[in-house]
Amino acid sequence: MSLKLEARSQSSTLWTYASPLLALVITVVIGVCLFMLLGKDPVRGLQMFFWEPIRSGYAWGELMVKATPLLIIALGLAVCFRSNVWNIGAEGQFIMGALAAGAVALLADKDTSRAIVVVVMLAGILGGIVWACIVGMLRDKFNANEILVSLMLVYVADSLLGYMVNGPLKDPNGFNFPQSKTFEWVTQIPRLFSGSRMSIGLPIALALAAALWVFLFRTRAGFAQQVGGLAPAAARYAGFSSRKALWTALLISGGAAGLAGALEVAGPIGQLTPYVPAGYGFAAIIVAFVGRLHPVGMIFSAILMSMFYIGGELAQSRLGLPKSITGVFQGLLLFSLLACDTLLTYRVVWRIKPVQRAP
Amino acid sequence: MSVNSAPRLQLSGITKRYASVVANDDVSLTVMPGEIHALLGENGAGKSTLVKIIYGSVKPDVGTIKFNGNAVQIRNPQEARELGISMVFQHFSLFDTLTVAENVWLGLDKKLKLQEVTQRINEKATEYGLDIDPQRPIHTLSVGQMQRVEIIRALLSAPQLLILDEPTSVLTPQAVEKLFAVLKKLAAQGCSILYISHKLHEIRKLCTACTVLRAGKVSGHCNPQTQSNASLSRMMIGTEPPTLKHNDVSKGGIRLQVHQLTLARDNQFGINLEQISLHVYAGEVVGIAGVSGNGQKELMYALSGEDTRADADAIRVFTHNAAHSVGKYTPTQRRALGLQFVPEERLGRGAVPNLSLAQNLLLTRFNAVGKYGWIRVNDLKNHASRIIANFKVKSSGANASAKSLSGGNLQKFIMGREIDAAPQFLIVSQPTWGVDVGAAAQIRAAILALRDAGCAVLVVSEELEELFEICDRLHVMANGRISPSIDRATASVSLIGEWMSGLWSNHETAVTEQAT
Repeated sequence: MSLKLEARSQSSTLWTYASPLLALVITVVIGVCLFMLLGKDPVRGLQMFFWEPIRSGYAWGELMVKATPLLIIALGLAVCFRSNVWNIGAEGQFIMGALAAGAVALLADKDTSRAIVVVVMLAGILGGIVWACIVGMLRDKFNANEILVSLMLVYVADSLLGYMVNGPLKDPNGFNFPQSKTFEWVTQIPRLFSGSRMSIGLPIALALAAALWVFLFRTRAGFAQQVGGLAPAAARYAGFSSRKALWTALLISGGAAGLAGALEVAGPIGQLTPYVPAGYGFAAIIVAFVGRLHPVGMIFSAILMSMFYIGGELAQSRLGLPKSITGVFQGLLLFSLLACDTLLTYRVVWRIKPVQRAP
Repeated sequence: MSVNSAPRLQLSGITKRYASVVANDDVSLTVMPGEIHALLGENGAGKSTLVKIIYGSVKPDVGTIKFNGNAVQIRNPQEARELGISMVFQHFSLFDTLTVAENVWLGLDKKLKLQEVTQRINEKATEYGLDIDPQRPIHTLSVGQMQRVEIIRALLSAPQLLILDEPTSVLTPQAVEKLFAVLKKLAAQGCSILYISHKLHEIRKLCTACTVLRAGKVSGHCNPQTQSNASLSRMMIGTEPPTLKHNDVSKGGIRLQVHQLTLARDNQFGINLEQISLHVYAGEVVGIAGVSGNGQKELMYALSGEDTRADADAIRVFTHNAAHSVGKYTPTQRRALGLQFVPEERLGRGAVPNLSLAQNLLLTRFNAVGKYGWIRVNDLKNHASRIIANFKVKSSGANASAKSLSGGNLQKFIMGREIDAAPQFLIVSQPTWGVDVGAAAQIRAAILALRDAGCAVLVVSEELEELFEICDRLHVMANGRISPSIDRATASVSLIGEWMSGLWSNHETAVTEQAT
């Protein structure tokens, strides 16, 4: 008896949706093993990840607070990945967005109009775009590999943030801590309800998801954008410019990551610190793929990834596990998904005897 | 039964099922020693699967294989080679940067020295008249020469059964003659040959036995030399192909002029185009013959707008009121002038494999695109459905993905998509490559109908028969240059074959006359 993979004649529609779910199940199973190996009660461990984050209204709010930037960044990345532009430096674009937004927010004082929030968000978008443009230029003019340059620019952005909060933007009355002064209230991203940290970022993210759906599936520009990713020769044949696709993808994803940075720094954080980057830019890559690069799918995967963030923090405070458990779960999910995606194009067959023996 | 009279290869009751199709259904086939046996069938009839079974790369679900009278199980190609089965594939497996001898060496016993291999190549080459220099790197060879390398490689293992898969598709008519001589000599020495093809006249000329496959089943065994093309065709497709009607149409005004187009290749394996000049008038079909890889691809890229490096004036398109220098136009701009284009690669260039037929319409057609680029989904589907119906495309509908269609049906859809645009000028590259006989006839009829309607058509094809069938005038491309044009009525296969080797210098004066 043997276990074999047999190619499907057509990729499976069922497994397009079932594969992320199976990947989640596998992640949970490995997670249980992990908790047991670490000598923790696996039920309590799973509770931290999958029950605590949804057990109350407040918890849901927190879940959304973290899901919002993940979703916004992932929406932008989906445009990139669908058009074969491998921008994996959303983290850097997020940081630059946060830095630009923070710099504008620091200009405000108590009497500034509330409208500055709009300027803060635009500054964030612009910051992200500028950083993505560097990638675009290197790729367009010098044919540089965008995977490498976008990733390396993350560390440049991180160092730049470190320099700014240690130098020009450091709070003069901050006891020499490497952080800016706390932003004025007027720059605070408006919240949805009192008692929750959920901000208008959430409806913005959902509106962007809807806009992305329309762009991808109802406009010719969105169609042209994706053909380049599916079949570059067909895009060339059709006359769809690959340069235009490159720039569109990078401008959208850079702007989205920058906006997420602005919402984050002028929202829950409220000041510039070296701890602004929380890995959302990288986690959003997983969000994008687990959500099948589809706007609706990514809403769910962003919430799931947010659960992992919160679960990791809870596992640290309540179970005494290191916080890096979040990264372990994220990685497990991505790897399980990649493995499960084999089922899209292959079926598993059990065979008793492969070939009938000749007499 | 004595060993000598045992069949070299005997397949009985071979069945191979895939998820959705039965590729081979109870196929039996017997090849005698020294016999040249044809395996005839349309694309998708199950020839490839059967050959893969013989060569050990696919396992049959049911059935037995006997080699020289002994039941055998061939588990992989290496076991096939050990038995004495060699194969020359349609697509070569050679390393471009290595020399001929090094490539052959790779497949042999490593104990041999390179010099010994070189010597043995020379011996085989002399024995069979396969002229080849073992020291030359593969990338400097023509496709015909590469095939010779593959054949020599196969011969070095002293095979008892040699399988050739569509070997003549890359050869000029003269080279085909040479190949046939080699194969006949081999057979006379006792080597059996299994010859896979869909070209009826070749099979009748070369083979002494023939097994015909239709839809996975054996539809007949025969001696092709006692058959006619029509009777073989009946066995292959069930009917005789319809004959095409060539109406007399008066030539209209000029539609396309290519003047002294010279273009350096843009990659290492490309071909430099040198001083290409040609004209196409309304109401005529102009064909470009030649073995693939002589610059046809590069010329097509320059004409379609996928390559915009040409001088603006080198390519001119004439509409009813104006002349346009389009050398630097994008494909979209050229389509706006009434130029439509059908590329040779259907999946991945002419259509996106994973997208539906309706979505694939959006590559070149904008009827369902409204203001701000908004796609009217229902209009798009209806438009696709109309094309599917008009061109008799067998598919599950407008939502079927392009890759779910057979090659012939996808080609019908792509042709339909371009013809439906009512072009002034249509360029078609390899219109019936890998297309079944029925679909090919339909596509050729559509090209002629378009010509009758006053469209200018340029066809690039490897199949000489096809070009003679549909074209009014012929050019030949060789080594990045193009021959003067010749009327089909005055052209002959042997003349075109000569030109395919680049030998049209006697006619060079005609070119200069035309240009001035």
